[in-house]
Amino acid sequence: MGKKVLNILETGYRATVEEQDDTILWLSSMFKGAGLDVTLLLRANAVNYAVRGQDASGLRFGELEVAHPPEIDRDVEALLEKGVAVHYVSDDAVQRGIADSELVEGVKPISKRDLPGLLDQFDQVWHW
Amino acid sequence: MATITIALMDPPYETETTTTAFRIIDAAVRKGHSVNVFAYEGAVNLTMADQAPHPDPVKGTSVEEQDHPTTKDWIAAMFKAADGRLDWVNCGLCVDERGAGNWIEGPRRGAPKDFVEWVEASDQTLVIPTK
Amino acid sequence: MSKYLVIESRDPFDSADVQNLYELAGGLAEQADELTVFLVQNGVLPTRRGSAAAGQITALAQRVSVVADEFSLRERGIGRDALAEGVRVADVETLVDLLAEDGRKVLWH
Repeated sequence: MGKKVLNILETGYRATVEEQDDTILWLSSMFKGAGLDVTLLLRANAVNYAVRGQDASGLRFGELEVAHPPEIDRDVEALLEKGVAVHYVSDDAVQRGIADSELVEGVKPISKRDLPGLLDQFDQVWHW
Repeated sequence: MATITIALMDPPYETETTTTAFRIIDAAVRKGHSVNVFAYEGAVNLTMADQAPHPDPVKGTSVEEQDHPTTKDWIAAMFKAADGRLDWVNCGLCVDERGAGNWIEGPRRGAPKDFVEWVEASDQTLVIPTK
Repeated sequence: MSKYLVIESRDPFDSADVQNLYELAGGLAEQADELTVFLVQNGVLPTRRGSAAAGQITALAQRVSVVADEFSLRERGIGRDALAEGVRVADVETLVDLLAEDGRKVLWH
């Protein structure tokens, strides 16, 4: 049986316009496609990734327009649709004033206190 | 002896993490372990063959006096010392977007699926993130 | 039965996220059979006896093994006699031994 992996994503908006996505959300999708049993945990400022309505459109450098800005909330939804469970640390969301109602459907809250129990469920824990 | 897979993200000359990663890789191969390195994002720049040392105008030293290996030199030295127990994959799409395709002998082009295969086959996987 | 290796590379005064990591380590200590927190790079800065985080490091060391990287300490001029109580010193070979241990989960922050 394959290894169960928890991907923890802590830093949000790192080169997301240059990449037109988030590299760890992208990698998580690739891992899933390659058959890895992967779950995603959003914490610290990356909890904002689960917020609906993010809009990075409208940038232009010289005459070159950023035609395909990142759509992080849609990427989170796509991961969920692909069968990747997505958790977020509820304490970090509260700290940032993010209400549950603002989040994409399907992401699961977990408190800081319960994180050790979550980590225990996985063979590998990767912090990105 | 173990097989250890390590994922790197940082480009050269930006963080201390690169040095620590090299210390781990070097120590692991010297101890007889096998090491797989998956270079993702900026880490694909670590192996660029076109890296060149430079003189130091602050210290007033020439290139020769500086005697300053670049990261590709450290990696080449580790490949030599590892004697077949170091495998290095540069993530291909990361290479393309950075124009980092001209690398030293040793590393090869790959993809996330190579990392997944290593993960399943390795005794340990260490992900060293960027900040 | 779980064993963990938590590698902290950051200074708690640089990033509030490091506090999260210390808390997580404390939580893991409740349930893990063995946990080593290995401090490297700027992660060794709070190990100075006089640092504002020294008490926190010592408290953590009372629950889990807290190890500071010898090279990172030396690079920063932190002598072994200047460390907070409970902090051990080890080299990268020890880190590799921990990595190579069967069944140990490793997390780098």
